[in-house]
Amino acid sequence: MSLPRWLFVPAALGAAFVLLPLVAILARVPWADFPTLITSESSRAALGLSLRTSATSTVLCVLLGVPMATVLARTRFRGQGLLRSLVLLPLVLPPVVGGIALLYTFGRRGLLGEHLEVLGIQVAFSTTAVVLAQTFVALPFLVVSLEGALRTAGQRYEVVAASLGAGPTTVFRRITLPLVLPGLLSGTVLAFARSLGEFGATITFAGSLEGVTRTLPLEIYLLRETDVDGAVALSLVLVVVAVLVIGLARQGRAQ
Amino acid sequence: MRSRGALGAAALLLALTGCSGDAEAPTLRVYAAASLAATFEEIATLFEADHDGVEVELVLGGSSDLAAQIGEGAPADVFAAADEPTMGTLVEEDLATGTPEVFATNALEIAVPPGNPADVRSVADLARPGLRLVLCAPEVPCGAAAARAARAAGVALEPVSEEQSVSDVLGKVRSGEADAGLVYVTDVLAAGGAVAGVDVPAPGAAANRYPIVPVAGSAEPDLAAAFRDLVLGPEGQRVLRAAGFAPAP
Repeated sequence: MSLPRWLFVPAALGAAFVLLPLVAILARVPWADFPTLITSESSRAALGLSLRTSATSTVLCVLLGVPMATVLARTRFRGQGLLRSLVLLPLVLPPVVGGIALLYTFGRRGLLGEHLEVLGIQVAFSTTAVVLAQTFVALPFLVVSLEGALRTAGQRYEVVAASLGAGPTTVFRRITLPLVLPGLLSGTVLAFARSLGEFGATITFAGSLEGVTRTLPLEIYLLRETDVDGAVALSLVLVVVAVLVIGLARQGRAQ
Repeated sequence: MRSRGALGAAALLLALTGCSGDAEAPTLRVYAAASLAATFEEIATLFEADHDGVEVELVLGGSSDLAAQIGEGAPADVFAAADEPTMGTLVEEDLATGTPEVFATNALEIAVPPGNPADVRSVADLARPGLRLVLCAPEVPCGAAAARAARAAGVALEPVSEEQSVSDVLGKVRSGEADAGLVYVTDVLAAGGAVAGVDVPAPGAAANRYPIVPVAGSAEPDLAAAFRDLVLGPEGQRVLRAAGFAPAP
């Protein structure tokens, strides 16, 4: 099948529109100072915090998202469509709105926060708040990609295994999960990437303090005002991480 | 069909972002610190009333952020910063027309949630362990002022968060997440009853001086100078005084 030729013009324009800004960042990177800029104390603190919190929220996403995706893909109940839309809401919600919502849930005067406060647990301004914000925005990414994989895989093998006497847990563990492993992997990588890039919900809900809540995107936002070179250098770090993550996700899908 | 829709959207995008209406009334773009939002809106209205057909466009934000934007070529005609070091970066880049003039000063005040639940009475109280204090990051003018206030009071402050702008600090106090924050006198006044203020003794040491200057390369240098004069003149000063700003020393 041959494509209409004119299609390539807007396609190339679109690709250029995405790639050009990345080239622009590369062009602005102060290469001579680059190593010093990305290894400064505050940069290392931000990078370390970003990696730690993103890893934690990715684990949370897997623990919560795998059962969610399975229930959504393998069961039918009234209102399921509505529930799915609501659960996936953070995907389209502006992160700053997510941050405000989290504030009124886990904040000092929030729905749960009030009770947590009584127990002596303070969520706002802590690293926990960062992890909650990241999990909130990243969870739908994992659920969407895993649910898609589950639906594509179908239920034939599961039915066969069950007819041969395997219990539901065995079927889930030995058939369902291995079957959708590539989808789970790419979903996990996507969730990690989304956590790493989280900004709006974090700054609204968690605040910004070096080593505690100031993740890499927040550090870039702060530096951008006073140390443009530093901000550009750290931006490149995030671009490189993003490229690696996309590579990983593609490999996961190809398997 | 879908591709045609996309092409149409692209064409629309180009049309929207393209320059249009060059022949229309001149627009004066005033870049001003976030803490000047209410006063400069009022002054802009006065200016538009005095200059028929001129439209004033206010761009409000953190001073350092605005200075960085102007440095990158943002089309500013006038710049009003929340402190002199930030204005200094503009002067260094030869982007100021003439010498910046200080038009107001603003003192720091402690903002607390209504009722002052943590019973904060002084700057020294802000260092109390367990108190959730929110400040501006030291990189932005209100954070630099907070650091001066702490030095003057001889205390070391350990905030739970260092925010990007004074309005972010106020937001955290308003929502009750923070027990206290250091903001400007004018912010507490503007927040009405949403926060209460606790005076910082001898605030002079920590006060910010607000400079204003027409930006070099402006397409409307005369209007820019006229706007600066309005801010420095009795009418502008009256508006600033009503909002809690102190006169330039």
